Amino acid sequence: MMWRGRVIYSGSVTGQAIVTRMGISFFGGVDPDTGIVVERGHELEGQSIAGKILVFPTGKGSTVGSYTLYRLKANGKAPLAIVNRECETITAVGCIIAEIPCVDHIPVQQVSSGMQLRIAVDGEEAVVDTQP
Amino acid sequence: MDLTSEEQDMLAGNQGRATQKAMEILVALGRIYGAERMTPVTSVQVAGVSYDNLGEAGLSFLSEMAEGGGRTRVLTTLNPAGMDLENWQALGISPEFAEGQERVINAFGRMGVITTCTCTPYLTGNVPHFGEHIAWAESSAVCYANSVIGARTNREGGPSALAAALTGRTPLYGYHLDIHRRAGVTVQVRGRVSSNDEYGALGKAIGQKLEAAENKPVTYIKGIDSASVDNLKSFCASLATYGGAALFHMEGITPEAVQMPELHDVIDIAQSDIDSALSSMNDAASEDVDFVSLGCPHLSIREIARIASLLKGKRVTKEFWITTARPTKQIADMMGYTAVIEASGAKFAADTCCVVAPIKDRFHVIATDSAKACYYAYSKNKFKTVLKPFDDVVAEALR
Repeated sequence: MMWRGRVIYSGSVTGQAIVTRMGISFFGGVDPDTGIVVERGHELEGQSIAGKILVFPTGKGSTVGSYTLYRLKANGKAPLAIVNRECETITAVGCIIAEIPCVDHIPVQQVSSGMQLRIAVDGEEAVVDTQP
Repeated sequence: MDLTSEEQDMLAGNQGRATQKAMEILVALGRIYGAERMTPVTSVQVAGVSYDNLGEAGLSFLSEMAEGGGRTRVLTTLNPAGMDLENWQALGISPEFAEGQERVINAFGRMGVITTCTCTPYLTGNVPHFGEHIAWAESSAVCYANSVIGARTNREGGPSALAAALTGRTPLYGYHLDIHRRAGVTVQVRGRVSSNDEYGALGKAIGQKLEAAENKPVTYIKGIDSASVDNLKSFCASLATYGGAALFHMEGITPEAVQMPELHDVIDIAQSDIDSALSSMNDAASEDVDFVSLGCPHLSIREIARIASLLKGKRVTKEFWITTARPTKQIADMMGYTAVIEASGAKFAADTCCVVAPIKDRFHVIATDSAKACYYAYSKNKFKTVLKPFDDVVAEALR
């Protein structure tokens, strides 16, 4: 499968997807020291997003969440890249300051956890495809 | 986006790494929200100042921006810090926290930010005029600037506000444009509000109905005869906290409140809605109060004068924090209010507030006149709350 999306922060990577149908609040929802999702009742609660391509519909919560992404990166626990249906301010700004590749306008419901994804940037467009 | 040659120069990195990073942030936001171009801004308010929220990583980002040559191009002030920058020891702040907080303030200072740490910049010299484009973080101040003053700002986060400060620009979308400032719903208030706690309850009642509506229309509020600046700052803080609102119009009070020709949906706010909002923020008894705090948003000098008159010659029996901007406290010093208040045993906590100070586990029940303070006391610190009119909160500290 292959999808075309919009580049929020540029970068080409290959990695394993971790997918949720729920929004993510980085501030308070993800432990900045471990990369583990700690939001009570979240689909990904207890799982680590470190080194994975994190796929979720859109971000939510406090704007301090941008700094949480930066803290994750500084601690070596950031996701490899972020893929959204619709990126919002908190995630976008977090990815830019932490230099985490970020793509949106992707039909995230078609992606499943465990898939190998490749993200390649082509100008303002990004191509996300599944690797065998 | 259509960028000027100056903006392209910033984006290319010709004006330093920090300016480039700032422009990258603004361009990305502009693309997300479909802005056609940037607009110059004249004033910035930066949030994300408390060391409690930033941590070492947030601090290292700010240091990187300062080292990378970041310098403000327009008047820029700060949100409250996690402590009184001068008197932190008396407020029970640890030396480790104080050291981290001072490094945050120094990083902002190196970038040319005016380091008054307050959520009411509009009371202490960062005051835009009607129609001016600005880039403010701090949700209560955003709501006040847009609604009460009629300046134009989106709800910025810490990094995007800093980016505006370092470039003097913000992407032109959202509340900068006429079309997004029009009211989409009429709110008819059929109850009575006069004190700050009641304005806060009104903000919560309206805010919760907006949250339920999801698309968060701008409100046109009818039925309020008069409101003081102090009432409005309380209302703005509550409406922003509970409803995520950045702008409202209030008939007869705010400058853009001109009746719209389109047919509106109407939200009715009855006395019972205000009463139930008030009771939702009273989940403890007076006897259990162990922390009293006034100044969310930061107190005006008029409010501090009132506290001084109520405390004169008396002794407080509980920990009582009076939170305000340092320039406002300096007026209180000059007028002798500080001496009267401190003689009672109450404590000034300038530069900070009960929302951002690290006070979890230190207290159990807070008394306040602020609906916003109730929200954070409960969600961040797990305190129970007693919400009362201003004078009655002072009385709680004395009983």
